[in-house]
Amino acid sequence: MNASSTLGKDLTGLEHMTPDQIRLILDTAEPFKEVSERPIKKVPALRGKTIVNLFFEASTRTRVSFEFAEKRLSADTVNVAATGSSVSKGETLVDTARNLEAMRIDMVVIRHPSSGAAEFLGNRIASNVINAGDGKHEHPTQALLDLLTIRDKHGKIEGLKVCLVGDVLHSRVARSNLWGLTKLGAEVAVCGPWTLLPRGIEELGVKVFGRIEEAIEWADVLNVLRLQLERMEKGFIPSLREYYRVFGVTPERLERSPKAITIMHPGPMNRGVEIDSRVADGPHSVILDQVTNGVAVRMAVLYLLAGGRAELADAAKRGSE
Amino acid sequence: MIPPILLQGGRVIDPSRDLDGAADVLIQDGKIASVGRGLAAPDGAIVRNVKGKVVTPGLVDLHVHLREPGNEDEETVASGARAAAAGGFTAICAMPNTDPVTDNQAAVGFIVRQSGRAGLARVHPIGAVSIGQKGERLAEFGEMVSAGAVAVSDDGKPVVSSHLMRTALEYARTFNIPVADHCEDPTLAGGGVMHEGLVATRLGLKGIPAAAEEIIVARDVLLAELTGGHVHLCHMSARGSVAIIREGKERGIRVTAEVTPHHLTLTDYACEEYDTHAKMNPPLREAADVAALRGALKDGVIDCIASDHAPHAYDEKEAAFDDAPFGVVGLETAFAVAHTELVESGVFTLPELIRRMSTEPARVFHLAGGSLAPGAVADVAVFDPAAKWSVDPTTFHSKSHNTPFAGRALTGRAVLTIVAGAIVHDLDSTGTR
Repeated sequence: MNASSTLGKDLTGLEHMTPDQIRLILDTAEPFKEVSERPIKKVPALRGKTIVNLFFEASTRTRVSFEFAEKRLSADTVNVAATGSSVSKGETLVDTARNLEAMRIDMVVIRHPSSGAAEFLGNRIASNVINAGDGKHEHPTQALLDLLTIRDKHGKIEGLKVCLVGDVLHSRVARSNLWGLTKLGAEVAVCGPWTLLPRGIEELGVKVFGRIEEAIEWADVLNVLRLQLERMEKGFIPSLREYYRVFGVTPERLERSPKAITIMHPGPMNRGVEIDSRVADGPHSVILDQVTNGVAVRMAVLYLLAGGRAELADAAKRGSE
Repeated sequence: MIPPILLQGGRVIDPSRDLDGAADVLIQDGKIASVGRGLAAPDGAIVRNVKGKVVTPGLVDLHVHLREPGNEDEETVASGARAAAAGGFTAICAMPNTDPVTDNQAAVGFIVRQSGRAGLARVHPIGAVSIGQKGERLAEFGEMVSAGAVAVSDDGKPVVSSHLMRTALEYARTFNIPVADHCEDPTLAGGGVMHEGLVATRLGLKGIPAAAEEIIVARDVLLAELTGGHVHLCHMSARGSVAIIREGKERGIRVTAEVTPHHLTLTDYACEEYDTHAKMNPPLREAADVAALRGALKDGVIDCIASDHAPHAYDEKEAAFDDAPFGVVGLETAFAVAHTELVESGVFTLPELIRRMSTEPARVFHLAGGSLAPGAVADVAVFDPAAKWSVDPTTFHSKSHNTPFAGRALTGRAVLTIVAGAIVHDLDSTGTR
């Protein structure tokens, strides 16, 4: 059995993955970390494969991370930014799928403002589809890199108490993290103003904290979500100023905990809104480790979906030698 | 001159007279001539043996969208009337959210003429409440009623302004027509695409809370009380709405309500895997809502079943969930879905179902039909309650195929539909005319 059939054709989300599949990706990422530390950052694992990075939403970090991962695996890549087209989004997506299929590409990395867009595309084309964020649904590679970072820092995931802080309602990062963390045995909580917490979330087996102080008292890890500035315009919170005062992760609040809480953020940060700069830049922040791990995790996902065997990942990276 | 029709040996169900038993039905000159045992066939009569079948007053649907004028690729008055006849409906009421909006006597008259040309199920126009359905100025109810409108509605959208709704209810009293409202508080529902609950949370889709419907249901009941007007509440979906309607009826307020076959049978779990054929407004809700809606239909708090038949082109539904339009077709599956889920399962008797799909809707909108009493208009349906079939949307007479029931095995089917004494659907021989 090859690894492709182990993961399936597409990576659209973590909700329907097994713990073993998630562990396989994390374990496969380990040997790829080292590739990025070399002077010549390239292995031939995906030589001859064509990959389209299809971004219907603005993104810098995720797109660049995917592009580096693809290039370090020697794939041929094309970036398509399709924002604000005059045709309706649905039509664009169907037609885009057909056009990509007609060009006989191997993989598509898609980001789209509509939940379910990656699954929609995956069901209509033979190429592998990787979800780089669909609406408010999932952002699986972000959660995988978060899991890898937690595992690096704590040596395990099982039994850790991880709290997702902030705008859980609109966050695909939160949903993917929730699935990944619970599947690997972590205890998960969410914390934020009730206006930004989705209905029924407690039925998914997570704790809910209405106050950041309670979350800090409980957690080993805080994953602080980005607060989209438009949430204020749409009336979910009265002001950024008040958000910082009531929910901001500050050194003063963290000092009350006897534990050294690991601080994560998927970026880009609003310093002084959801997170205080002294926390973001502090000794317990792993925010830049997340970014570094992002490339390795995405290399692992691309490699496995392309049919690469996990046990050969170590050998694959030696191919350039 | 259309020949007389004699339907022999069927089980005749006429809820208008609490009749349920074996009898012949003789139809002559567009009217029910007589119902009884051993009726003789007049000269030249079409005689049909309907033993093992059920003869009922034709079904009446208070809520369909026919897309003509404006989107004739999705449905026309004729194709909708043909789909209706195939489903056992003899009369359907067309909502005015066409393009242009059916908001004046000329537009209403156009629907009436198209219906006459088709000569299938009767199509009764519903006029708009407000000009252009903009929610600002009242449309000309009087002229629209003269041209054939049987009710007014801005369906597709709610009447947002409470003042306009009050005025509409008051003004409609002059013409003794109901004001049918699509109950949705747009400030609460805005941008939502499915029921707000656990499934929406998991799928990352914006939810529409049940309260968005219940708030307007409560408002409309209060305005009906204030004005003495008749409010008809479209496509109820939430258990909270049921409680408000029940209280309103107990207080003697003129409120009636309808529920769709899909809200009686499906929940928000149908939206899993982003199935756009489960996207409708109001959204499919929870099992407790389905149970409450069934109970309310059974005891008459909800008066009738309506299909909310909403055709959409296949490529419009072939989209991400957020981007797909709301709505499903229903005329050709309504009876079988209700029969399979409500009657076969033992929740309803067949006469109770026919009452909710024929006699009661006819009463709510003051339409002819809904009765097999001698002298009544000969709008009749014959069902085979044992017919087993599987839903294949490609065989629909409707121009659109957007159903959540594709592939579903159902029991019960219309085999003969008669409008004004003429056969408009005959499954046994030529199919629908």
